[in-house]
Amino acid sequence: MRFDTTARGYRQVTLLLALAGLLSLVVADLGIHTVSPGDELRRLGAGLFTPDFLATGGLMAALANTVAFAFQGVALGVCAGALLATVWHWRPVRLFSAIIRAVHELFWGLLIIQLFGLSTLTGVLAIAIPYAGIFAKVFGEFLEESDRRPQTALAPGADALSRLLFARVPLIWDHMRRYTAYRLECAIRASAILGFIGLPTLGFHLETAFRQGQYSAGAALLYLLLLLILTMRWWLHPVLLPVYLLAALIWSPPVAPWRPDAWQFFLRDIVPAPLREGGTGNVTPWLQDLLSTQVLPGLGQTLLVGCAALLVTGLLGMLLAPLVSPFFGNRLSRAGAHVLLVTLRSLPEFLLAFVLLLCLGPSMLPGILALALHTGAIVAHLNGHFSGALTLRADRPRGIDGYFWDVLPRLYPTFLAFLLYRWEIIMRETAVLGILGIHTLGFYVDSAFAEFRLDRALLLIIAGVCLNLAVDGVSRRLRAAVRLSSSIRETAHA
Amino acid sequence: MTRFTLVALLAILGLVGCDQPSDSPNSGDTPATFTFTAIPDQDEAALVERFSRVADYLSAELGVPVKYVPVKSYAAAVTAFRNDDVQLAWFGGLSGVQARLQVPDSQAIAQGYEDQFFVTYFIAHEGTGLQPSETFPEDIAGHSFTFGSKGSTSGRLMPEFHIREQFGKAPDEVFSRVGFSGDHSATIALVESGAYEVGAVNFKVWEKALASGDVNPNRVSVIWKTPTYPDYHWVIRGDVDARFGDGFADGVQAALLAIEDPAILEAFPRQRFVETDNANYQPILETGRAIGLIDAP
Repeated sequence: MRFDTTARGYRQVTLLLALAGLLSLVVADLGIHTVSPGDELRRLGAGLFTPDFLATGGLMAALANTVAFAFQGVALGVCAGALLATVWHWRPVRLFSAIIRAVHELFWGLLIIQLFGLSTLTGVLAIAIPYAGIFAKVFGEFLEESDRRPQTALAPGADALSRLLFARVPLIWDHMRRYTAYRLECAIRASAILGFIGLPTLGFHLETAFRQGQYSAGAALLYLLLLLILTMRWWLHPVLLPVYLLAALIWSPPVAPWRPDAWQFFLRDIVPAPLREGGTGNVTPWLQDLLSTQVLPGLGQTLLVGCAALLVTGLLGMLLAPLVSPFFGNRLSRAGAHVLLVTLRSLPEFLLAFVLLLCLGPSMLPGILALALHTGAIVAHLNGHFSGALTLRADRPRGIDGYFWDVLPRLYPTFLAFLLYRWEIIMRETAVLGILGIHTLGFYVDSAFAEFRLDRALLLIIAGVCLNLAVDGVSRRLRAAVRLSSSIRETAHA
Repeated sequence: MTRFTLVALLAILGLVGCDQPSDSPNSGDTPATFTFTAIPDQDEAALVERFSRVADYLSAELGVPVKYVPVKSYAAAVTAFRNDDVQLAWFGGLSGVQARLQVPDSQAIAQGYEDQFFVTYFIAHEGTGLQPSETFPEDIAGHSFTFGSKGSTSGRLMPEFHIREQFGKAPDEVFSRVGFSGDHSATIALVESGAYEVGAVNFKVWEKALASGDVNPNRVSVIWKTPTYPDYHWVIRGDVDARFGDGFADGVQAALLAIEDPAILEAFPRQRFVETDNANYQPILETGRAIGLIDAP
C-alpha cells in the first residue's frame, strides 16, 4: 500500500534538488588557486576596517549616477510593465515578458552599449527592459489573483479602462507600491553593477579599487552602496518620488548621441557571419561550431554552478533561518544575525563573486559561494520572518531539537517554495558571473563582445534565455506537483 | 496618502514621456570638445591622471577643449571609437586593427618608438622551475597559463599565435587552466602570487614594474621573449577634419609627434612618438585572422 502524502512530494522534490546539487558539486572545479588566499583575505579584512572615502575621485558623481539610473530605469520599467500586465492573459505577452526578463541587466547593458555608447540612456534601458518584464509578470499575477467581485458590482457597460482603474487596480495598489519600492532597491544594486562594464556608476570605481588591491578605497565604496540601500526606508517616501525622479532626469538626462549608422547593429552586426557574406550554405557549420565550442559548454557550466549554488543556498537558508526567528536565541543574537543577513542580502551577488574570486582564484567556488551567501541570506530572512507567524505549543522542544523537529517541518513548504522561486534568479545570475572569468555562459558572451562578434553574443544570450525558460518551467512543474501555494509568490520574489 | 501616490505615479508617467529614446536631442552636430580614450592596459587607477596630462597638452596645442574618457575594457575603447564617443584613441595593435575595421576611414597616425619592435615576455612563477630559454619553452605545456585582456595584442594575440604555432593546438588543450587576467599589471600579480604558473605580459609594463620594485624577481621571472611585432598606436577618425576644421587630423599628428615632456612620455612609457600608418599593422590583422580572432574578409 502507498500513502500519497504531501510530505512525500516534498521529500521527492528535495531529493531531486539535493542530488542535482551534489552531483554538480562533485563535478565542479572547487579548487582554491591562489597560493596564499589567507594573505589576500587578511588584506581585504584590513581594508574593510580602514575605509578611505577620499581615495576615489568623482565619488559623488558616481553615487548620483547610480541612483539616477536606478530611478529612471524603474520609472520606465514600471510603466511599461504595468501596461503589459493589463494584457497578461494574452500568451505572447507572457512569453515576451519572460524573454526580456531572462536576460540579465549586464547582458542588456553590453548589447545596448553597442547602440547608445556609455550614455545614461544605456544604463536606464539596461534596467528598464528586464524590469518591464518582471513588473509585467508580478503585476499581471496580482491582477489575476485579485478578487473579481468588485468588477461585477460596476454598472453594466462600464468600459475596460474604468473597470481596470476603479475595480481592479485599487485592490492590488498596495502590493504594487511595496513591490515597486523593493524593485528600486534591486535597481540600485543593478545600476552599481553596470559600472563593471564601463557605465559611470559606483561599480566602475569598485571594480578598479578591488582589482588593484586598494581595499580601503574599495571598502569605502562598498559601505556607500550599503548605506544607500539600507537607508532607503527612510529617504524613499512616496511623496518625494517625483522630486527624486525629476532630480534624476535633470542630473543625468536619458539621452544618447544620435548615431546615423545605428541600423548597422540590426542589419549587419547581429546577423550571423556566414549570412552576412551572402551565402546560406555555411550557416550550419558556423552554428555547429558555436554550439559545440561555446553554447553547450557554457550552458553546461551554468547549469552546474546554478544547481550547486541552489543546494548550498538551501542549506545556508535552513541553517541561518533560526538565527532571526523569534523562537530562538535572544534579542542580541537576533539583532546580530539580522545585520549579517541584511548586509549579505544588500550586496549584489556579482560583486560578492568578484571579491571572492580575487581572494580564492578562478574556480567555480567563488561563484557558488557568492550566489549562496546572497540568496541564502534572503531565504533565511524570509523564513525566519515567516516562522514568527507560527503558533507553537507551550511545551514544544527548544533549541536545535525544537528547530529541526518542530519549526522547520512547519516552515518547509514555504522554504521549498522560496527556493524554487529563486532558482530562476540564481540561473540568471550564474550566467552573468562568466564575465568575471568563471566559464559559465557569460564568459563566452564577454569573449564574443571582446571580439566584436555580436552575432555570436546574441546567439549565446538567446541560449541563456532558453536555459532560463526551461529552469522556470521545471521549477513551476515541481511547485505544482507538490501544490506549493502561490500566495507567497510576492514575498518570494522580494 | 493614496492621492499623493497617485499624483506621484502620474508625475512619473508624465516625466517618462520625455524619457523615450526618440526624444533624445540630436546631439550629432559638431561637439565642441575633442575626446579621446585609451585601452586600460595597466594600473587603471593611474590612467585618469596619466591621460588628463595628455588632454591638457593636446588642448593647448590644438586650441580646442580636449577630454579624456576612461573606459573599462579594450572592447569598450573600440566601441567608443566606433560610436564616435571619442575621435582619437591610444590602441594596442589588435584593438587598433579592430577599430579600423569598424570605422573604415580612420587612420593610424603615430606609434611609440618602442612599438615598432614590440615584444611579449612569457613569465613563470619560481615554483615551476622553468628556466629562461632562447627558443619557445615547450615545457610550459601542462601548467596553468594566464593571458592579459581578451583583446590585448601583447597579452593575447601574439602569445596565442606562438602557442598555437608551436603546439598545433588551442591554448585550452595545451594548458591545465587558461585565464584572462584583464590587464598586464594583473597578469604579473597573478603569476607572482602563483594563482597562475605562467603568463604572457607586455614587456614595457614588466620592465616598468621591475624598475619601480612592484614585482619580486625571486618569485616570478621572464622565461621567453617573442619575436618583435608592431603594437600600440594612436588612431584618429576620418571625419575629424569635417568636424573640427581642415587639417585637424594633421594637427593632432604633429602635436603627438612633438611631445617632448618626459612627464607625459614617462606615463606611457615611451621614449617618443613616431609616425606610422595603417599598412604597418597588416601583420597584426593577418595574425588575428590566423588564430580566428578576426573573421576572414
